[in-house]
Amino acid sequence: MNRAISTYLDKSSKAAPLAVFRILFGLLMLISMIRFWYNGWIEKLYIQPKFHFHYLGFEWVKVPGNWTYLLFIVCGLSAFFVMIGNKYRAAIVIFFLSFTYIELMDKTTYLNHYYLVSILAFLLILLPAHVHFSVDAWKNSNLSKEYIPRWCIDSIKLMIAIVYIYAGAAKLNYDWMVDALPLSIWLRDKVSIPIIGPFLDESWVHYLFSWGGALYDLSIVFLLLWSRTRVLAFMLVLLFHLLTKILFPIGMFPYIMIVASLIFFSNSFHERILQNIASLLRVSYKKFCNGFTYHSDALFKRISIGVLVLFFSFQLLFPLRAQLYPGNLFWTEQGYRFSWRVMLMEKTAYANFKVVDSLSQKRFYVQNEDFLTAFQQKQMATQADFIIEYAHYLGRHFENQGHENIQIFIESFASLNGRKSQVYIDPDVDLLTLDNNLKQRNYILPLNDK
Amino acid sequence: MNNLLRICVLLIIVIAFSCNDNGSNNPMFTDNFDRGNMLEFWADEIIIPAYNSYSNSLQDFSQKTDTFFSDPTPSKLQALRDAWLAAYLDWQSVSMFEIGKAEETSIRNFTNIYPTDIDLINNNLLSGNFNLVLPSNFTAQGFPALDYLLFGSQNSDEEIFDYLLQDDVSSYFISLVDRLNSLTTAVLDDWNGDYRNTFTSNIGSSATASTDKLVNDFLFFYERFLRAGKVGIPAGVFSGSEEPGLVEGKYSSVYSKQLFEKGFSSIVSFFNGISFDGQAQGSSLNQYLDWVFQESNGAFDIAQDINEKWANVELALSNVGDNFGQQVMDDNSKMLALYDELQRAVPTLKADMLQALNIQIDFVDADGD
Repeated sequence: MNRAISTYLDKSSKAAPLAVFRILFGLLMLISMIRFWYNGWIEKLYIQPKFHFHYLGFEWVKVPGNWTYLLFIVCGLSAFFVMIGNKYRAAIVIFFLSFTYIELMDKTTYLNHYYLVSILAFLLILLPAHVHFSVDAWKNSNLSKEYIPRWCIDSIKLMIAIVYIYAGAAKLNYDWMVDALPLSIWLRDKVSIPIIGPFLDESWVHYLFSWGGALYDLSIVFLLLWSRTRVLAFMLVLLFHLLTKILFPIGMFPYIMIVASLIFFSNSFHERILQNIASLLRVSYKKFCNGFTYHSDALFKRISIGVLVLFFSFQLLFPLRAQLYPGNLFWTEQGYRFSWRVMLMEKTAYANFKVVDSLSQKRFYVQNEDFLTAFQQKQMATQADFIIEYAHYLGRHFENQGHENIQIFIESFASLNGRKSQVYIDPDVDLLTLDNNLKQRNYILPLNDK
Repeated sequence: MNNLLRICVLLIIVIAFSCNDNGSNNPMFTDNFDRGNMLEFWADEIIIPAYNSYSNSLQDFSQKTDTFFSDPTPSKLQALRDAWLAAYLDWQSVSMFEIGKAEETSIRNFTNIYPTDIDLINNNLLSGNFNLVLPSNFTAQGFPALDYLLFGSQNSDEEIFDYLLQDDVSSYFISLVDRLNSLTTAVLDDWNGDYRNTFTSNIGSSATASTDKLVNDFLFFYERFLRAGKVGIPAGVFSGSEEPGLVEGKYSSVYSKQLFEKGFSSIVSFFNGISFDGQAQGSSLNQYLDWVFQESNGAFDIAQDINEKWANVELALSNVGDNFGQQVMDDNSKMLALYDELQRAVPTLKADMLQALNIQIDFVDADGD
C-alpha cells in the first residue's frame, strides 16, 4: 500500500495542463473582477449597505469602506500575475487571501462558485503551476520544467469530481426528481427566450432538465476521464453550461466550469494550446520543453501532501454535515452552504420584526428597508442565521436610540418550492436570546409537507 | 459513440417516464401565459389612461390657479381647493407606476412626500431663491406643501385667502403647480412616445424585465406608501406611539380616507386587470397566478387568497372615519385593525406570489448559482 502510494507520488506528467489551467483561471478571475466593478456591484453590494451579514467565526471581517475598491484592484492584479505566472507563489497567495476576504465580507452574496474559486486558489498555492510557460520560468531557466508530479494535476481533477458528484447526488431528492422543482418554477416564464423558449413551460421539458441535470452531474467526470468519451463529454459540458447561462443569471460560473473541465484533456491538447499562445506572443514554446521534471524540496513536498490529504478529507466530509441535523434541509438550511447544493430550491420569504419593551409591553414594527438592501432583505428572510444576526443588529440599534428592555420577535412566512407559505421562525421566541452557532435550530418551525 | 447512444436511450426513458408521471393531469402542450399581452393591457388600459387623467386634472388645477390669482374671490379659492383634491386623488392612481421616466425623475419624491417641512417652505418663501429640482426640496413641494398653503398656513379661510395673495406666496404656489405639471408632462410624453413600446416589448423574466420591475413597484407602493405611509405610520405601528400629525393631507384633514381609498382601489384594480375606466377586464397578475395555479396543479389559490384578504381591508376601512388623524386620536384600534388587514396580504404577496410568478426582486441583477 505504502509502496503503491509512493510510486504514485513519484509519477510525473507533463506540466502543460496545469499551465493552461493557471492561465485560464487567472484570466477568468481578472475578467470577474473587472466585471464586478463595471456592473457597479462593489458599490451596490459592499459600500452602500449599512450592515453586512457575517459567516460564523468570521465576524471580524469588515468591509473596508472605499478601500474595498483597492481590495478588488489587488485581487484583479494578483489574478493577472497568476495568469502570466509572474512572482506566482506570492500572486496566488495574495489572490487567495483577497478573494476569500471579499467573499467573507457579506454572506448575502454567497455563491457556490465563489467558494469553488477560493478552494481552487488554495489548491493552486500548493501546486507548481508556474514552472511551465510562465514569466517566472522564462526569467529563471533553472525553474523551467517540462514535467511535474502527476498528483498535481490529479488533485484538480479530484476537486472537480467532488463538485460534480456531490452536486449530482444533492439533486437526487423528492422535489427535484419527482416534481421537477424548482426548475418548473424557473423555466415556465422563460417562454420569451428565442428558439427553446416556447418549450420551456412544458412539463416534460422540466423533467428532462431535472433528470438530465442530475445525470449530467453524476456522470460527466467519468465521461471526461475516459479518452473515448472525452470529446462527447466536452460537448455535453458546453451544452449544459451554455444552456444554464442562457436560462439563468449565473455570471462567470459556466465559464469556470468549462475551463476546469479542460484539465481532463490530454497533454498534447494542452501543449497545442500553449504553442498557439506562444506563437501569438512570438515567443518560443520550445524553450519550456527542456525535459526536466519539477521536484520541490522534500519538506515542501511533505507539507503539501499532508495539507492535501487534510484538504480532501475535509472536502469529502464537510458537505455531508447536513446529515447531522434533523428536519428538511431546504427548510432549515443547516449545513446547506459549502456543500455543492446548486440551484436546488426556490425559497421566498417575508420577515416582519416586532420590537417589544418587555416591561411596558409597548411595541412597534421595523421597516426592513430602513436597514437592508432589497437583496439583503430577500436573503435574510429565507435563512435563520441571517435573521438572528439581523435581530441582534436591530437590538443594538434601538438600544442606542434609548429604547429599553428590548425583546425582538419575528412574524415570518416562507414558501419553499411552490408550497404554500407557512410560518418559518417561532413567533414566540425573543430572537435576542438566540445566538448563531452550530447547534440545531429548534426555533425553526417544522415544514408541513403537503 | 456507444455512450452517446446510451445517453440518448436514457434520456428517452426519462422523458417517457416523466410524461407518464404527469400525463393524466397535465396536457403535453398547454398555452403559454403571454407576458406581452399583460404588459400591453397595463400600458394601454391602465397606466397611460391613468396618467392622462392625472395630467388633465393637473392642467385644470393649473387653470384654477391662474384664475384665482388673476382675480381672487373666496369661491375661486374653493374651486382651487377642489381642483387640488381632484389632482391629488388622481395622483393615487399613478403613484405605483414608478417606472421609466417616472423612475428616472423620481416623480413620487417630488409629488407626495409628507409630512411637509413648513420651515423649509418659509425659508424658500423668504429667500425667494429656491430650486425645486433639488432632492433637498422634496419636503417643500408637491401636494403636501400645497395642502399646507391651501388649508393650514393660517388659522381661518379669510386669512389663508389673504396669505396666498402675498407676492412671495403666490409665486411659490404657482411654482409648485408648474413643477407638478412639468414632471407629469415629461412622464406622459414618454409613455406616448417611445417608452410604451420599450415597456411592452421587454417581456422577459429578469430583474430588469417590465413585469418584474412593475410588480416590484406595485408591491413597494402597497407596502411602503399604502400600508405604512397612509395607515401604519400615523397609527404608530413603526414607532410605538400614535402620530396623527403624520397622516396624508394633514392640513385639509378630512380627505385622508378618500386618498387612501383611491390608492387602495388602484392596487386592487391593477392586480385584477381592471381598466382605468372600469369598463374592461384584461390580462393581469390575477390571471397570471391562475395560469400558474393550473399549470402546477397547485393546492393554494394565491389570487383568490389575496382578494379575500383585500375584502377584509374594505371591511376594516368601513369602521374608520374620513379623517385618519382624528381617528388615530379618538380610537386608534380601528386604524390598527385596518393596518392589520393590509398587513395580512403582505406575506402572500411577497412569499407566495413572487415565487409563483418567479419575480426577481428589485435592483438586484447580481449573479446566482
